Amino acid sequence: MTQARAIPLNALPLGLPARVRSLACDRAVRRRLLELGLLPGTQVEVVRRAPLGDPLELRLRGYRLSLRAGEASAIEVDPEGAPSDPRADDASAREKA
Amino acid sequence: MSDPARPAPSARRLVYLLGNPNAGKTTLFNGLAGTRARTGNYPGVTVERRAAAWRAGTHDVELVDLPGTYSLSASSPEERIAAQAVLRGDAGAVVVVLDATSLQRGLYLALQLRDSGLPLVVALNMMDEARAAGLRIDAERLALALDADVVPIVAARGEGVDALTRAVAARLDRAADAGPADAGRAADATRAHPVTLDPATEADVAALAEVAAHAFGPETPADRARAWALVALLADAQDEDDALPPSLRVAAQARRRAAAEAGRDLDLAIVGARYAAVDRLAAEAVQAAPPRRSRTDRIDAVLVHPVLGLLVFAAVMYVVFEALFRGSEPTVALIEDAIGAAQGLVTGALPAGPLRDLLTEGVLAGVGNVVVFVPQIGLLFFLIALLEDSGYLARVAFVIDRVMGVVGLHGKTFVPLLSGFACAVPAVMATRTIASRRDRLVTMLALPLMSCSARLPIYVLVIATVFAGEPPIAGVVSVGAAVLFAMYVLSVVATLGVAAVLRRTVLRGPRPTLVLELPPYRLPLLGNLLRATFSRVREFLVEAGTVILALTIVLWAVLSFPRSDAVEARREADRAAASASLEGEARETRLAEIDDAAAAAQLEHSAAGSLGKLVEPAIAPLGMDWRVGIGVIGSFAAREVFVSTLGVVFGIGASADEESRSLRERLREARRSDGSPLFTPLSGVALMIFFVLACQCMSTIAVVRRESGSWRWPLFMLAYMSALAYVVTLAVYQLGSALGWGVT
Repeated sequence: MTQARAIPLNALPLGLPARVRSLACDRAVRRRLLELGLLPGTQVEVVRRAPLGDPLELRLRGYRLSLRAGEASAIEVDPEGAPSDPRADDASAREKA
Repeated sequence: MSDPARPAPSARRLVYLLGNPNAGKTTLFNGLAGTRARTGNYPGVTVERRAAAWRAGTHDVELVDLPGTYSLSASSPEERIAAQAVLRGDAGAVVVVLDATSLQRGLYLALQLRDSGLPLVVALNMMDEARAAGLRIDAERLALALDADVVPIVAARGEGVDALTRAVAARLDRAADAGPADAGRAADATRAHPVTLDPATEADVAALAEVAAHAFGPETPADRARAWALVALLADAQDEDDALPPSLRVAAQARRRAAAEAGRDLDLAIVGARYAAVDRLAAEAVQAAPPRRSRTDRIDAVLVHPVLGLLVFAAVMYVVFEALFRGSEPTVALIEDAIGAAQGLVTGALPAGPLRDLLTEGVLAGVGNVVVFVPQIGLLFFLIALLEDSGYLARVAFVIDRVMGVVGLHGKTFVPLLSGFACAVPAVMATRTIASRRDRLVTMLALPLMSCSARLPIYVLVIATVFAGEPPIAGVVSVGAAVLFAMYVLSVVATLGVAAVLRRTVLRGPRPTLVLELPPYRLPLLGNLLRATFSRVREFLVEAGTVILALTIVLWAVLSFPRSDAVEARREADRAAASASLEGEARETRLAEIDDAAAAAQLEHSAAGSLGKLVEPAIAPLGMDWRVGIGVIGSFAAREVFVSTLGVVFGIGASADEESRSLRERLREARRSDGSPLFTPLSGVALMIFFVLACQCMSTIAVVRRESGSWRWPLFMLAYMSALAYVVTLAVYQLGSALGWGVT
């Protein structure tokens, strides 16, 4: 079922939790992301975009990581249900703005 | 505690401090032994090395603060240094500092250290924040799994530091009992949460461990050989320059190729197995509270807000820029006054002659040339430390990354480039916040093109000389202001253009990325900020300062020797005549004129004068003559010296500044050998363009040598900037002459 729903990480709506399915970046970037804990199966969320639209701010494993949309587009994620609780109002407000 | 009869350094036990960036490692180091810290650099790379004498229990310890790292691997200079240090196997203990608020990423590093068979002590830092966030961490379970004492601490407040010291002492006691051969512990079979690789990967690691054991010698413990095997397997072609023994590197490459052909993902197999162990351990030892909005979330809602965020960014960068550009002015003036006073003292105390000149114009001027940078460097590094420790520096990169990405740079290069508007010397030092060596070099080599404050006096003098009478453009904008603005635009275009070209040619490499942790906002500790600032200033004084001093003396000699006795004799004769025939103020004026004329003649007779005449055929097509050539040579000390050197050349003395009316008059009256005016709007603009692009600054060269670790890069910079300046100035002057622009 989840097969059909996989989307690139840069297309994930803000505040919506997802699980990483695969990473197809350059080897050096991929290895770095893996070592930072962004692995297939890891829960990740796009907290916000930078004021100029790029890069993205991700939240994973209790910390925040910045990643350019170009690299994020090579990461496939499966979205998981509704936006996570506490930041939801923020995120949707920002999307409207 | 402190025993005056300290044993020789060789008797000291080595203890390494290791941890993720932003985990509070440096704060802990400063708290343990900061007052005795010595800083230096690792050979070949500009990664700061900090070490200090420390005492843990009965042990005299050399405490080494290793660079922050996420992993023991070979993918950045910092990681290479950390891996090489701890895997060398000479540590009495390794203290790994973990941020309790993001424990999983720290555990990834800690598990690697455990599996390398190192005598480990875990400092669980930021416990106050973890508690406030509702995290409950079972230290005993962690201790069991990591086979190490786990000491909860709050490094910023010194909490738990005594307990940590006791734990290190106990570890050193145990290591001493166990003997040096195996300072470690139980075999991995009995370990909780082992890292279990799949059989194929395990076979690769086992085979490479044998190669590693062979390469590092038979006494290498099995754990450590295995750790090297894992480092080698995760390395890739670009980063295996010097970290690994050749046999291991070659064997690892073969294994990786074979794995790739078999469709096996080695990176994921190894990192995934480690994180599987991390996840199991975290599930057992960490109880997380339901997520809630943290302080950092609330601050970020403003600081990286789509609109407010840009305003905050602009305001913060404006403050940094103003501080650099103007904030250091009073101190700089003070330093210049002090140097002037010292020169006056020497002049008064010694008879006139080469020795006095050497002391005043060479040594004291050189000391001034060095010390004058201290306020800017101190201010810039204090501000950078403040931004970094508070967490905002990462947001600076986050906010501006998109703009920098256009020219192939990334967000971390912004602050150094902006600082280049004030002065390239602190700006080059500021490139240290850039992680990738390639990106650092690109930034360092391009930023001296930014129009620094030392170029401003030249622009002012030239504009006032050649554009004084021009009517304003469209009745409002003065021509001078428009030209000045154009010079700044040119400098920015040149900087970004050169950076883009360097990235595609000399320093070609993988596309720069911005994989950057955005750390939580934290209140910086003043002690940490001051230590970081002082250590930068000291490094500059010791390592770049000596080069600048030496170059100042050489340059003084070039501008002073050989001296002409004929000129001196005529000066004496003229002075005698004037003293006899004139009285009062008229006599003083006449004597000063005689001295200025003699100084101009001596300068013409010096090596610099000869050099100016020698190169005149080469610089004449740029609109310059030998007198301007001497000014260009003199400006190598610092660009603004061009003005005072021209003052001497044109016979009105070295005290002339860019506001000097008589200097402007002399320049306007100056004629070439063919009788045409030397300074025209065209030759003035050409001269300014030359100064925008040319590397007329030995201090920049000295500091690039220091920061890049060799003479190769500063010489490359000097060569490309000189060539660029020559070609562009030549094109502008020749094209302008041919079209008849501004020639009168």
